[in-house]
Amino acid sequence: MSTDTLTPQQIVRRKAAGEPLHPDEPESTRRHVITVLLENSVGALNRVTNLFSARSFNLESVSVGETDDATISRMTLVTRGNHRMLAQVVRQLNRLVDTILVEDLPPEESVERELCLLKVPYTSANRAELMDVAEVFRAKVVDITPDTMTFEATGPAKKINAFIGLMRPHGIAEVARSGRVALRRTLAYGD
Amino acid sequence: MSTATGMKAVPAFQKNGKAKKKMSGAEIFVRALDAEGVEVVFGHPGGAVIKIYDEIARVQPKFTHVLVRHEQGGTHAAEGYAKATGGVGTVLVTSGPGATNCVTGIADAFMDSVPIVVFTGQVPTALIGNDAFQETDIIGVTRSITKHSFQVRRVEDLAPTIKAAYHIARTGRPGPVLVDLPKDILFAEAEFNYPKEVSLRGYTVPTTGDPAKVERAVRMINEAKKPLLYVGGGVINADAAEQLTAFARKTHIPVTTTLHGLGAFPEDDPLSLGMLGMHGTWYANQAVQHCDLILAAGARFDDRVTGKLNAWAPHAQVVHIEIDHSCVSKNVYADCAIVGDVRCVLEQLLPLVEEQETADWLAQIDRWKAECPLRFETADGLLRPQFVIQRLGAKTNGEAVVLTDVGQHQMWAAQYFRFTRPRSHITSGGLGTMGFCLPAAVGAAMGMRGSDLPVISISGDGGFVMNAQELGVAAKHRLPIKVAVMNNNFLGMVRQWQELFHENRFSHTDLTDTNPDFVKLAEAFHCVGLRTNDPNEVDALLEEAWRVTDRPVLMEFQVPQEEMVFPMVPAGAATGDMITQRY
Ligand SMILES: Cc1cc2nc3c(=O)[nH]c(=O)nc-3n(C[C@H](O)[C@H](O)[C@H](O)COP(=O)(O)OP(=O)(O)OC[C@H]3O[C@@H](n4cnc5c(N)ncnc54)[C@H](O)[C@@H]3O)c2cc1C
Ligand SMILES: Cc1ncc(C[n+]2csc(CCOP(=O)(O)OP(=O)(O)O)c2C)c(N)n1
Repeated sequence: MSTDTLTPQQIVRRKAAGEPLHPDEPESTRRHVITVLLENSVGALNRVTNLFSARSFNLESVSVGETDDATISRMTLVTRGNHRMLAQVVRQLNRLVDTILVEDLPPEESVERELCLLKVPYTSANRAELMDVAEVFRAKVVDITPDTMTFEATGPAKKINAFIGLMRPHGIAEVARSGRVALRRTLAYGD
Repeated sequence: MSTATGMKAVPAFQKNGKAKKKMSGAEIFVRALDAEGVEVVFGHPGGAVIKIYDEIARVQPKFTHVLVRHEQGGTHAAEGYAKATGGVGTVLVTSGPGATNCVTGIADAFMDSVPIVVFTGQVPTALIGNDAFQETDIIGVTRSITKHSFQVRRVEDLAPTIKAAYHIARTGRPGPVLVDLPKDILFAEAEFNYPKEVSLRGYTVPTTGDPAKVERAVRMINEAKKPLLYVGGGVINADAAEQLTAFARKTHIPVTTTLHGLGAFPEDDPLSLGMLGMHGTWYANQAVQHCDLILAAGARFDDRVTGKLNAWAPHAQVVHIEIDHSCVSKNVYADCAIVGDVRCVLEQLLPLVEEQETADWLAQIDRWKAECPLRFETADGLLRPQFVIQRLGAKTNGEAVVLTDVGQHQMWAAQYFRFTRPRSHITSGGLGTMGFCLPAAVGAAMGMRGSDLPVISISGDGGFVMNAQELGVAAKHRLPIKVAVMNNNFLGMVRQWQELFHENRFSHTDLTDTNPDFVKLAEAFHCVGLRTNDPNEVDALLEEAWRVTDRPVLMEFQVPQEEMVFPMVPAGAATGDMITQRY
């Protein structure tokens, strides 16, 4: 269907959903970080993750941990979709009895971090180079044996990707990533 | 696996300061149901809940326990009870197979927003996870088909959890809540305090709508030339039929309802267009395709209503009154979404709206009504299900609670009965569960004891057999249900699709060789059985059936297998492209 056969109201609906007006136009999807405060229980956690598979929502990353209140945990979810999908994700999450607060965090208004542990074999030949890379990324050595080193790096997902990329030629033994955590920025001086 | 966090149990002291006596979890359970005002429990015993059954015998609670013959029947009975009375249905079953037998009914209640609470037994806490005898992770199994679920881990949490379960099932968008009861909790002792209130920090219940949105809707109504009310089950759930009717009559806006909205607006009113959607009236669907404003009230834009989504109501702006925010703009974008309880929102709207000038639009609709009314063949002397439905309508003057199963007969009942009061039509729409009807009728009839309204159950021969065992339960409780079986010796609805879309290959839909003798079946279950295949005998048969007041009457109507439901929007087609008769 091309735009000329769509009624004005159909165009309104497509735009609102973020769906393309022409078949050859790509769909406009966006990556969103959603943070959820929920009851700190296995059941609550299950319900949230289950929702993503049951409703066929995309889930790029998920992390969860306690907050300062031991009965509440915070989950950070990274998902991708068009407007309609993303609104659905937030509303379906809100619908769960166990979720206390659901926030869709716009990237420009939030801080987002990920932690990565990376184990890499070394020899005297590449040790200095590894340390140089680590220095640039402000990664710390947290464990060392005569032939492997484990680095800890934190930062936005992009920085972690770059760090892993630079380590890859050295033959990474193991990687563990935490998944993203995020908080809304407080605008101390107004906006 | 959560407990009812956030609720403060009342301190365990009586007024005189003395500590209360302790009792078993099983006794707490029974007393909590009484405290909650539960009238009927549909249940089936087993090892994990035997202690509760013992307490039912000992305590003699106020509620009636109905021993169903299959747990699936129990869940549908609870649904029928809830839908007929507006209360919450209650189910009690044992662990393992007892619990898994409830899965279909829970899924059905979830899809159709029916408030039921299902109590399942569970193996003792210490054995959970060990593949113990009759252990099933029913919380896990039902996670995506429950509004919420609890597993009670401490006997002290039992009463507050029951309180929370009923609260969640009943309020907001209603739905099924499951409470899993490990056996040791039922033996452990505690004091009984039934909390007066529930506070769940993650759960709020919408009531009135945002006044700015309400005003916006009023402006949209004033600007529209061809407005249409699209009314769903939410209006019945909210007990808002009166407000809706007043609203439509004040504004002269025509009304079409979904399958679940039948009865929310009197179908004998000239503003009524009957049902819309796949098997709705041609004129209701015409109105949808030509209107410039859709006022959706408690309806969820199901695909059986919209058909091909992109082609639906192409000229209409949409106002959506809906209690569940996640239903807004899920399928069709709402230009104005009012999140709230539809009764509250209609009460906000009523004083603000004015009489609308819709005479031209109503005249157009009347022309459509004349152009293609609902119709079926009557000249050839064969007994047609549509005719039977019409005679049931005439017999009761629409004053009845009609339950239907799933299939062709369901659609004919929706098209031909003429529903005029809320809660007079109960069916399985969202999940489309064959076997729903008879047990749901048992539940409805239990809820309607003391009322004059007859309970009519209408099934096909296929679906009826799926839960026929509940006939005995209806007989035991002397429920005078009128059980119509439209026997076409076929899985009729599937046969219809095979004829229309699969070149008459009637693959595995002929039931002739596996159907029982329905009259004998009725008699074997201590019911009365009647049958006819002659349209001239129908009224006399109904007379005879209505004379029986102390047990169910099964009425077998032998109808032709070739009959098809029209009009029809083929699956995936646009609402404008209806088939109105056999090619
Ligand atoms: C064989 C077959 C054929 C079918 N053909 C058709 C057909 O032709 N036409 C048709 O209409 N259906 C048909 N159905 C049924 C269809 O599948 C859906 O079940 C039905 O359309 C949904 O009805 P509804 O929109 O009223 O929503 P319901 O499922 O009744 O949901 C109620 C809605 O109201 C909301 N709500 C609940 N309480 C409130 C409140 N207090 N305030 C505000 N909102 C509230 C809920 O959140 C929900 O969105 C068919 C089903 C079968 C099995
Ligand atoms: C439990 C279940 N299984 C299968 C289906 C698919 N299905 C929908 S309608 C239908 C035929 C129903 O036949 P019958 O009960 O005889 O009613 P009729 O259509 O003939 O009125 C079937 C098999 C279903 N809805 N539910």
